[in-house]
Amino acid sequence: MVPELGHFALILALIFSLLIAVFPLYGTYTNNVMLMRSAHSLSIGLIVFVSVSFIALVYSFVQDDFTVEYVANTSNKILPLHYKLTATWGGHEGSLLLWIFCLCIWLFAVSLFARSLPLVIRTRVLSVMALATAGIILFTLLSSNPFLRLLPGPPPDGRDLNPLLQDIGFIIHPPLLYIGYSGLVVPFAFAITALLSGHLDSAWARWSRPWTNVGWAFLTLGMGMGSWWAYYELGWGFWWGWDPTENNVLIPWLTATALVHSLAVTEKRGLFKTWTILLAITTYCLVLFGTFITRSGIVNSVHAFANDPERGAYLLAYIVIIAAGSFLLYALRAPTVASLSRFKPSSRETFMLLNNVLLTVVMATVLLGTLYPMLADYMNWGKVSVGAPYFNFFWVLFTIPLTLLMAISALTQWKQTSPGIFKKYLTPSLLISLIVGGIFPFFYGEKYHLGGALTVAVTVWIFAVSFSALLKQTRNAPSFFAGVKQQPLSFYSMLVAHLGVGLLVLSAGLTSIYSDERNIILLPGQEKPLFGYSWGFDGVREFVKDNYSAQEGTIYVVRDGERVATLNPQKRFYMSGAMVTTEAAIEGNLWRDLYVSLGEAAEPKSAGGWIITVYVKPFIGVLWISMLLIAGGGFMALWDKRYRSRVAGSVKTSSTNTVQGAIG
Amino acid sequence: MAMHPVRKQRLVFVCFIIVFSTIAVGLLAYSLRENIDLFYPPSKIVAGEAPIDKQIRAGGCVIPGTIVRYENSLKKSFRVTDGAAQLQVSTEAILPDLFGEGESVVLTGKLNGDGEFVATKVFAKHDENYMPPEVADSMKGQVDHAKTCEGLDYGS
Repeated sequence: MVPELGHFALILALIFSLLIAVFPLYGTYTNNVMLMRSAHSLSIGLIVFVSVSFIALVYSFVQDDFTVEYVANTSNKILPLHYKLTATWGGHEGSLLLWIFCLCIWLFAVSLFARSLPLVIRTRVLSVMALATAGIILFTLLSSNPFLRLLPGPPPDGRDLNPLLQDIGFIIHPPLLYIGYSGLVVPFAFAITALLSGHLDSAWARWSRPWTNVGWAFLTLGMGMGSWWAYYELGWGFWWGWDPTENNVLIPWLTATALVHSLAVTEKRGLFKTWTILLAITTYCLVLFGTFITRSGIVNSVHAFANDPERGAYLLAYIVIIAAGSFLLYALRAPTVASLSRFKPSSRETFMLLNNVLLTVVMATVLLGTLYPMLADYMNWGKVSVGAPYFNFFWVLFTIPLTLLMAISALTQWKQTSPGIFKKYLTPSLLISLIVGGIFPFFYGEKYHLGGALTVAVTVWIFAVSFSALLKQTRNAPSFFAGVKQQPLSFYSMLVAHLGVGLLVLSAGLTSIYSDERNIILLPGQEKPLFGYSWGFDGVREFVKDNYSAQEGTIYVVRDGERVATLNPQKRFYMSGAMVTTEAAIEGNLWRDLYVSLGEAAEPKSAGGWIITVYVKPFIGVLWISMLLIAGGGFMALWDKRYRSRVAGSVKTSSTNTVQGAIG
Repeated sequence: MAMHPVRKQRLVFVCFIIVFSTIAVGLLAYSLRENIDLFYPPSKIVAGEAPIDKQIRAGGCVIPGTIVRYENSLKKSFRVTDGAAQLQVSTEAILPDLFGEGESVVLTGKLNGDGEFVATKVFAKHDENYMPPEVADSMKGQVDHAKTCEGLDYGS
């Protein structure tokens, strides 16, 4: 009964989303205020029915209702309760429902919090979002319905949630990622609205900006969380593998990052208008395209879902409609808007332009590397995979200028920056970063590594220039601290995000360069020196817990005669499906992680020895902090005064809009 | 005649884009050519179609009874098949959790002069119902259902 209720609620949600997509939008063209206002009440209906549907699925999991095919496939009677709850998004169908749920939360949030926007604009944004949501709901109902019954003869136990997913990371990562993913529909909807209305002015950018920042920040968190999870759960010791599914999140993240910056230019200077619109549309299309690639099974990925081609066809049709529709609208409407202002090469506009160009190029190289195997297969060039060296090469090549320029941009001013400013504030930073970077490898690592010097120099540069920017901003204040207090929050949110990027460079660079990894055989009672530590083994014990039995090794790590860590890596055997997982053991601080995972028992088995992989990974702890800072910058921007006091400002801007709209 | 400043700015911008994208495309083509690993099924490797001592990928179903773990060593060896030919594989890598007899694997490594594939990485499926597309494709026509290795006749 409950699954049918959920199914029925989802159908009602589809109807509600279609109603929002059609009638309020019609109202904006016939100037019917009542129809326009109906968008809000309809969005309440939508969020209610989607919630009912989602809760119905969660309830089916908690009740072990294995007559529901999806529950039978992704859960098991002996699964602990917190994993039963999250198994809701443990497969294709349920994760789509989570995506729909997140989309509707964003839609409702816009309806609730964007009340200061002119009614016509808000209504159109809601209609576009509802249309995008309706497409996903329809796709779910037609091809991936999670509520389908498995009758007659339901299995008594269920197949189980993939043991790799039975982990705290799986409880947090998908919701964050989907909130971020679906958040990118908001700037898309604003862009389409701008094209429909012809209001491509700075007011439009100011409305769209906070939503874009928050969606982008959630996507950053989701990506960072996924990286952290892969790092400790898969037991391979890496935090980014250039896997197609990872790339499919990174690609829209890169264009969204470009969008966050180009929106700033559009708001402040009225420039890059059509480019901003194009970025917003492209970002959402890339989100959909990434989903298509993972869900249709055309790439080989650790995330591949059990697939069928029919789903791929539906999704492709949806993407083609959305992409073709929005790009056609763009082609028809965008050329009417021309940017009038000009700027000097030393201006902030130039730096934002370079930022956008570099981000787009990086995005294109990642996209090409991701799609190349498919292209080669299609063209009969053979079955290929593109290795990590390709991605690493371009990533390093383009992120160095990107991050160097990023730091300088904090010093620049709109229109133009006087050369004296660059000279005064950049010279000390340049000296400091070259000196610190240059001497760092003398004190760290066995050999002088140029990459280490470069990494540290870039990081110090970002920090030093950011601090110079603060000095520059406060130079006219009575004292430094008085000046610090005067700066707007948006300035600090930018600095926080940029310093996060600095830490990301530091940790990603140093971890890649200085990490050590080796497979060794350890016998019980034996101690082996490796990577400056001594690794001792106390053997393996067996035990049973919840829904698995485990072999747990005890490895102690000694440095200078002192025990620094006791690690307990495991092999788990899940009872439901005879599936085995490796649980790495990590002892970490900010400066280094000691990471071990169990391989298998070494021959001869009678000796009790094990093959163990040992990793020493420096500075990886900094990586997680850097992701939090980058996302934190996005969230901080939301509290800036000009968004909070926008109610007063909006009256004025909306009247200027009408004038400009009439001209456009 | 002096150029209109807006046009000049636009010209500089267009030149910049052209130069930049030319360099980017050149680098891309070069880098892609250097860093792609081609997949060869066992029958092609045994037939001598795969390059020796160059990084490639291979894969197939692990033939039951061929897995050997060497004493006091990280070394393991086994044979894989696509239903048509058998390939000898040795590796010092950690074998993944779902590695086993009659399971599909994808390997990254090099072919040595003796026709043995020395793998630096061994990937197995991560889900009971999943088979790497390369392996599934190379088996088409050899077995009725290319979903798993179960239907394969190992000629024993």
